[in-house]
Amino acid sequence: MATFQEFLRGWPVERRLRAAENADSEAVLRALNKDGLRPQDFLALLSPAAAPHLEAIAQKARDLTLRYFGRSVQLFTPLYLSDICTNQCRYCGFNAKNKRKRRHLTVEEAFKSAASIAVTGLRHILLLTGDARKVSSPEYIASVARRIKPLFASIGVEVYALTGEEYALLTQAGVDSVTMFQETYTPRLYAQLHPVGPKRDYAFRLAAPERAASAGMRSLGIGALFGLERFVPDAFAVGIHAWWLQRNYPGVEISVSVPRIRPHEGDFAVPNPVEDRLFVQYIVALRCFLPRVGITCSTRENAFMRDHIAPLGVTRISAGVSTAVGGVCPGENAEAGQFEIADTRTVEEVRADLAKIGYQAVVKDWEHPVD
Amino acid sequence: MAMCNTCDDPFFVAGIALQSRLFIGTGKYGADSLIPAVAMASGAQVITVAMRRVEKGQQGITAHIPATMRLLPNTSGARTPEEALRLARLARAAGCGDWIKIEVIRDSRYLLPDGYGTAKAVELLVKEGFTALPYINPDLYVARDCASAGAAAIMPLGAPIGTNRGLRTREMIGILIEELDLPVVVDAGIGRPSQACEAMEMGAAACLVNTAIASADDPVRMAGAFRLAVEAGRGAWLSGAGVVRASGEGAQASSPLTGFLS
Repeated sequence: MATFQEFLRGWPVERRLRAAENADSEAVLRALNKDGLRPQDFLALLSPAAAPHLEAIAQKARDLTLRYFGRSVQLFTPLYLSDICTNQCRYCGFNAKNKRKRRHLTVEEAFKSAASIAVTGLRHILLLTGDARKVSSPEYIASVARRIKPLFASIGVEVYALTGEEYALLTQAGVDSVTMFQETYTPRLYAQLHPVGPKRDYAFRLAAPERAASAGMRSLGIGALFGLERFVPDAFAVGIHAWWLQRNYPGVEISVSVPRIRPHEGDFAVPNPVEDRLFVQYIVALRCFLPRVGITCSTRENAFMRDHIAPLGVTRISAGVSTAVGGVCPGENAEAGQFEIADTRTVEEVRADLAKIGYQAVVKDWEHPVD
Repeated sequence: MAMCNTCDDPFFVAGIALQSRLFIGTGKYGADSLIPAVAMASGAQVITVAMRRVEKGQQGITAHIPATMRLLPNTSGARTPEEALRLARLARAAGCGDWIKIEVIRDSRYLLPDGYGTAKAVELLVKEGFTALPYINPDLYVARDCASAGAAAIMPLGAPIGTNRGLRTREMIGILIEELDLPVVVDAGIGRPSQACEAMEMGAAACLVNTAIASADDPVRMAGAFRLAVEAGRGAWLSGAGVVRASGEGAQASSPLTGFLS
């Protein structure tokens, strides 16, 4: 089987940009009025020519979301285990060059934090660490997963790229899902943004979801960090990455996260900010292209935006979030987070606000079918 | 004339008589608190629930299901027969009973069931005393394998789940109804009451409807509409609907080709 990296080579950045520029209103309407969209159709929906048709695309996206996911949104919360990091990602608050107090939770501290999340009723948790194998080793992550497993129906990880054997170790420890953001799918830009550290290896990171799926992970989340690359090249790359993963790993649930870059510590100037209208165009185009894919929206977006995009395609949102290590435990002195949170609502507040728009917050939507 | 043309017309699943021929689901609602009213309006006696949504104890989704209804937990999330068996055991341990709607699915793009895995799962579950209702593509071979393995009913899809496209597999479902001695419960794809009515007119034993009810603007009213449609379709089946002439059959020919036989 060819890899996604090989597949993506057939869609170089220039081709993506040119095809989007050449897409016309007719191509957009053709994509809008058919089922089983191809990558070219997705590109048309992302193109400038689709902008005047945004409402019509949103209507179709809402209809598809309603049919396949209903009026429910699944909640999860992230738990930051460690902000010790050896990378120097230019846009990230955990950048190794940032002078800040770092913290690494012991397994028992992680359990205490997880327990304080579990009392909110949430049954889905996402474990995050910085990229520092010596302190946050795969074995450490596996130990945390084993310790907190009785508290949660689903444990996901959003950590540095692992080998296939390491993903298998996590699978055995009870982890069922892996989130891996490529940040940008443009290799040259990726190299500029990740000048130092293991994350510099673009290809190893890009193939991580394939290794995770082969190691038995049930669910994969992918995404680009919007604001880094121009909109069309990365939006299209994320979509065809999800499409390719669905086709090549049909038994794995695929989801796409839609993060836009937020303020953080440091002096990074966002090169290609994605304004709200384009952000919504991305979500509804994605829903039309991949009707059954999960779409995850974090607290990088504010409450107003999150409440309005849930019916358009978002199926999973974080709630009760702290992006700081130790930030979920009451009374803990947490350091600054990875990024500034735009939606600070509690789980109960998110639940109540969803109910106001006729949507239900689902706290459990997984039962691991393997002993 | 009887007010209800389907009264006292039960069908049997594993020896249990069911008066209502409409099964409903619990997924996709804007609030689980709608479920009791939907259940009441539908008249359904059987309700599915995904084990992945079930929480320990009496909290969560199961707390909203009327105690008088028979639970039909499904094995959503299972990719193999063994995984379906594990979820069935969890359902039993959680007090959800022994009836299981078997879902073995290894396709996240269309959520189409794996026929081979499903038939094997029926075998495993029946050996452990479960009442197995397999969700399948309407494939006669798979259906026969499920029946041989001890399935209590067969649940073929009318169209891919959630599509609301109706009986796209009409011909194949018709063959299952004709060939199997088990109840055929049409599941998935039914988007409008008229489509449920059509399935019942064909001789289906029952229909399972979830998305079309849960995603309606007024789920309770839609549940009532499906109840009436299922009853109407069943009534038509029982009363022996007139033969529909295929196009081109036309009227009686004035010079019959077989007239020479008289």
